[in-house]
Amino acid sequence: MTAFFQDFHILWISWLHVTMSYEAAWTLATIVGILLIALPLMLGVAMIIYADRKIWAAMALRRGPNVVGPFGLLQSFADGLKVMLQETIIPSAANKGLFLIAPIITFTVALMAWAVIPFNSGAILANINVGLLYVLAISSLGVYGTIIAGWSSNSKYPFFSAMRASAQMISYEVSIGFILICVVLWSGSFNMNEIVKAQQGHVLGLFNGFVFNPLLFPMWVMFLISGMAETQRAPFDLTEAESELVAGYQTEYSSMAFALYWLGEYANVLLMCALNATLFWGGWLPLMDIPFLGLFPGVVIPGVIWFLGKILFFFFIFSWVKATVPRYRYDQLMRLGWKVFLPVSLLWVFLVSGYLMLTGHFS
Amino acid sequence: MIQAFAFYLFATLMIVSGAVTILARNPVHSVLWLILAFFNAAGLMILVGAEFIAMLLVIVYVGAVAVLFLFVVMMLDIDFAELRAGFVKNFPLGMILALVLLCELVLGIGAYRAGAMQLGTADGTAAPLAGASNIESIGALLYTRYLFLFEAAGILLLVALIGAIVLTHRQRGGVRGQNVAKQVARRPEEATINVKPEVGKGVSL
Repeated sequence: MTAFFQDFHILWISWLHVTMSYEAAWTLATIVGILLIALPLMLGVAMIIYADRKIWAAMALRRGPNVVGPFGLLQSFADGLKVMLQETIIPSAANKGLFLIAPIITFTVALMAWAVIPFNSGAILANINVGLLYVLAISSLGVYGTIIAGWSSNSKYPFFSAMRASAQMISYEVSIGFILICVVLWSGSFNMNEIVKAQQGHVLGLFNGFVFNPLLFPMWVMFLISGMAETQRAPFDLTEAESELVAGYQTEYSSMAFALYWLGEYANVLLMCALNATLFWGGWLPLMDIPFLGLFPGVVIPGVIWFLGKILFFFFIFSWVKATVPRYRYDQLMRLGWKVFLPVSLLWVFLVSGYLMLTGHFS
Repeated sequence: MIQAFAFYLFATLMIVSGAVTILARNPVHSVLWLILAFFNAAGLMILVGAEFIAMLLVIVYVGAVAVLFLFVVMMLDIDFAELRAGFVKNFPLGMILALVLLCELVLGIGAYRAGAMQLGTADGTAAPLAGASNIESIGALLYTRYLFLFEAAGILLLVALIGAIVLTHRQRGGVRGQNVAKQVARRPEEATINVKPEVGKGVSL
């Protein structure tokens, strides 16, 4: 099982290379790899929307979706079908081209960052040196989908929302950058796979993950909160604050364009969960670096299962927070980003690099 | 084959979007085309193996600088007629600028054709770090050989940052801010009183 996932991209290329040129093999293998990530991701997003609604309902003592399919499992697909059959309305005052491009940008960007996420040892579509920087670069593109939507709708509330969203995302990207620098300092690499490997037996040779390190634990908490702000999830969903802004930047959108925003938003949330798992909780590694006390000899849980389990766990935290925490005020949001997270993360970069220098980590 | 295809794709798109940046009538469209040009420039950087620079280009220019451009341009109420009116007046200056840029371009291509300049250590041997990734080589160079220039650039940016804050900051009186620490430290005893008024009597606070 594990051997199959080992560098599957390279494996496929060499396998295909037997019958065709290297370039054709590379193209084919990459396209297959993209589909292998994107299609399950879309299915996962559909199911995660269902899970989100169910968790939210359970915390509010409601039943949630329970009509379509067994336990309402097919609710998201019914919603998707409904949305596809709806009419696409383009406001006459809208800037038509940009109005249609904006949801496509959001959706595409949400999928693009998954290229560098390691699902298992070597099971990574683009094993590039600057993987983490790539994630930062792509997530900084996400703001364009929102800001273009707000502007091209030529409507009051979407524009307010776009301004809010872009200010919010830029603010929290700064502290996320510093948090990631702490992780990179300790792991010594920007490559996502190397970052995961650096976490093996990180604490006392027992625990896999930077989060078990007392110095990096506060960084994880801040990363989780910043991730919520970055993906505009509750309690930071000020861009969609329905009491103030109708539905935010999506107000003028209908049918598939609206659905693309919905899917993109949840794909981004899943990406944040995956980043939490990869950067702080050891990615595809088991939580502890012991072969489970020999209780089940020969049974090895594949890394993919660990990784997906961690993603689901973090998604539960996201849903939990959404169901329980009231929405922030905008000035509180800005205060948290600039006056709390930024100085603290800056201080932590100093602390972490100082500690690493003192203990001779770099020599 | 793929490299050549990618190069011509990125290069063509970059030149086209650069041209449309100047030609677009709507300033917001201009900024968006400019962003596309940045993005394609990042693609070209990747093709020459400078992946770190490419990512920085996207993070800094596309992710931060262009967003601020877009912010400003979207909120500006630009009078196009007035902009056009300055065209004839500024035409000679624009031509001079274009000529200078053309000369620099010709000079640059000429210098490139004449052979690479000797960059590197004092004895003339270039010192690229063999087998090291982009980030490591840049870091090794930046923090050893160009440490002073690097630090000087940092101080310059810091001064500019403080200058911008000093110039735009003004103390406004009468603003009711929120003191979070004070709110958190507040206890029920300070905030509430329990009174049992007699029937028909009000409570005075």
